[in-house]
Amino acid sequence: MDVRDKLTVLADAAKYDASCASSGSKTTRPGSTIGSTEGMGICHSYTPDGRCVSLLKILLTNYCIYDCQYCVNRISSDTPRARFTVDEVVSLTMEFYKRNYIEGLFLSSGIIQTSDYTMEQLISVAKKLRTEQRYGGYIHLKTIPNASQSLIEEAGLWADRLSVNIELPTEGDLYKLAPEKRKPQIEGAMAGIRDKIDETKQEQKAGFKPPRFTPAGQSTQMIVGATDTPDVEVLKTASQLYSLQNLRRVYYSAYSPIPHADARLPGQSPPLVREHRLYQADWLIRFYGFDANEIVAEADQNLSLDIDPKLAWALANRHYFPVDVNKSSREELLRVPGIGARNVKRILNIRRFQSLASGDMKKLRVAWNRAKFFVLTADHNPALLNLDKLDLRSKAKPKTKQLLLFDAASSALSGEV
Amino acid sequence: MQSIHVETFDDWRDAARRLLASGVSPTDVQWIGGAERSLFDDAPSPTAAGLGGEGTTPSVPKAFLELARYVACHRESGRWSLLYRMLWRLTHGEPHLLQVTTDDDVHQLTLMRKGVSRDIHKMKAFVRFRKLETGGAEEQFIAWHRPDHRIVRLAAPFFARRFSGMHWSILTPDESVTWDQTSLHYGHGVPVSEAPDEDALEDLWKAYYASIFNPARVKVAAMKREMPVRHWPTLPEATLIDDLLRQAPARADAMIQTNEGFAETAAHFMPEHGDLVSLRLAAATCRACSLHQCATQTVFGEGSPLARIVLVGEQPGDREDIEGHPFVGPAGKLLDEALEHAGIDRRDVYITNVVKHFKFRETETPRGKRRLHQKPDSREIYACRPWLEAELAAIGPQVVVCLGATAAQPLFGRDFGITKDRGKVMRTDWCDSTIATWHPAAILRMQDAVRQAQMRTQLVDDLASVK
Repeated sequence: MDVRDKLTVLADAAKYDASCASSGSKTTRPGSTIGSTEGMGICHSYTPDGRCVSLLKILLTNYCIYDCQYCVNRISSDTPRARFTVDEVVSLTMEFYKRNYIEGLFLSSGIIQTSDYTMEQLISVAKKLRTEQRYGGYIHLKTIPNASQSLIEEAGLWADRLSVNIELPTEGDLYKLAPEKRKPQIEGAMAGIRDKIDETKQEQKAGFKPPRFTPAGQSTQMIVGATDTPDVEVLKTASQLYSLQNLRRVYYSAYSPIPHADARLPGQSPPLVREHRLYQADWLIRFYGFDANEIVAEADQNLSLDIDPKLAWALANRHYFPVDVNKSSREELLRVPGIGARNVKRILNIRRFQSLASGDMKKLRVAWNRAKFFVLTADHNPALLNLDKLDLRSKAKPKTKQLLLFDAASSALSGEV
Repeated sequence: MQSIHVETFDDWRDAARRLLASGVSPTDVQWIGGAERSLFDDAPSPTAAGLGGEGTTPSVPKAFLELARYVACHRESGRWSLLYRMLWRLTHGEPHLLQVTTDDDVHQLTLMRKGVSRDIHKMKAFVRFRKLETGGAEEQFIAWHRPDHRIVRLAAPFFARRFSGMHWSILTPDESVTWDQTSLHYGHGVPVSEAPDEDALEDLWKAYYASIFNPARVKVAAMKREMPVRHWPTLPEATLIDDLLRQAPARADAMIQTNEGFAETAAHFMPEHGDLVSLRLAAATCRACSLHQCATQTVFGEGSPLARIVLVGEQPGDREDIEGHPFVGPAGKLLDEALEHAGIDRRDVYITNVVKHFKFRETETPRGKRRLHQKPDSREIYACRPWLEAELAAIGPQVVVCLGATAAQPLFGRDFGITKDRGKVMRTDWCDSTIATWHPAAILRMQDAVRQAQMRTQLVDDLASVK
């Protein structure tokens, strides 16, 4: 099998993975001659599925001894198999990078022989890139379940980011679809990385120069929609991971129909808009001070699909409004639908010098069609009269067409509301 | 009214400094960029350098200079006068003006800056280097790119940092830049015809691009917003987009159709009553997996319905398939002996298998066809497991003994290893004391006589321990 064929098989196998970020490392590794990590990551291309191509996202191999039912690479699937050599991955990464096709490498693997053996292979790719090629670009390694702590620590020396996949939102889901994986093991691996990150930071604070350890932190991925676990459980798991394991990102991947799928899985994927709502809710938890429980207002414990979670929260908590854009606190402003964190900052700046009227709000490009029902401005805002009316939901709701074409797609990756 | 001609940010800054020092109001200056001058003026205009008088440096926020540096690269011809008006206001009673993003001038400048920043970002993203086949020792990379604004000088330092160990040039219609691994050199604009038009690696890159696209999710509008169509001509992968989109619906359908899983499990064949007699009858017609097609018959479990101990094997073998009873072949003989040594009467236990049909591969031998045992795969085990679960539920044993790894893994999980976990009493969902030991067939296959004897003893010991 030549490299092109392997690339076709092993990129195809990686296409279900949602994580794509290539940011978070603030400086480039000293001594690098090709490759840098600075500021935000760059998306070098986009595919017709609207997702960016930022990293060379491949598997080292798609052979796997595990049998996770949602995974196309599970042992019992008859998908075509291939395996890269370490040198092939190193060369592909360097050649693609030199042509500015990619921002770095995202390397994952099916498990061959043992977890430790597989992890060692991933490490040697990253190590070769750093030491032999003097490559300074982004590297994200996916840790292998049950790999030993010493190997994970070594991986962290060469990689910018490590991820341990939580796979499914609850222990029950794991039991059902990934019986070989156990939540305590997954969380143990995350905690191991977290401890090492903390240790490195403490040493830096104390004035030492410890070796770099995953400067871009760790992330995880969760498959959503393969089981009927409601959004509130998904978000609770995510907020726990943010607070206990200090994760940088939780990626939600709407379960996508996979070829050769197990019949226990749904044949259709859940609407992509659900995945998008989860990113929005996740954003509210991380940057807006919301709690998972308060975001999910629906009786069925799921996020509304037709309106964004912040608007849904506002409609369910009307006593909180109106919020005065000229007087209210930062925290209060952050809860107004249609006003994002950046605009809250701008509003606080501007009102030191002049008061804001509704025209100013439009200039700031807040989503006035949503925000207008919830804010007091310096001028008369007639839309406020609707705040206590029953049909507010239908008035504030964006047109369905807009939602699908613009709203849902635009911030699907950032999750910004 | 003064006419000032400026080309670059530095020209503008010099001129603006002098005008400000002389107290010239924005309404009294006409700013002229390069292109406009040759159209309307015959006589050369006074340039920035021609203005007399060194003024004192006005104090303006750093953020303004940064903003101006970006706006200066914008193609909009009104940028110089807008910048000067801004400078004037900042130094004439409105020092906080930049914070008031709702102000019309600030708003317009912010939009222009955004346009330039976005263009720089797109350049960083969409420049595609092509390797020049020079035959020389040093690799040469060249890219042709068409930015919207005049941003080459703003973006070039980024490429110098990123590709510091590489010889590269970026050509644009307005300006070009070359990095020789030490410093940046700027030159004239270059038409696309002078850039190399291919790179051997583009085929690999396209293969990657086509494979990473998931046809089950199509969002064309999102793609076009982030990757504007005007950049597509310089992106090799963009030539694939039409085809990928055309094939997407069929590919997604195919993904959903090729559902290779067990359309059914034994759960669909469960009888109304869960007693062993009903179960045995129902299992005889089980079609949950494809193994029934070649096997002679279903080999169901046998033994006392009140058994305290249930023994679970892997699957029936050749003899069992023909006779219809579990553990009647050579492995069964060995098991009988072991039970006897352990002091257990076979009539007091219940013996069954994880998979109830014989799985085999047929081979030709000099003495005719032979059916070679094959290990059941996880799909078959999963499809058949409801029978085992129903048997265990009907009997409610105090001890379950798994014979071999294939029998143990469905109950203990895949982490289970027969060598390390053999003989340990563990709690599972099916029975509070579940243990695993050697499969008699594994003992028979063992070549090393010493090891075989040891395994035999261990099997007897393990059985005796649960007696």
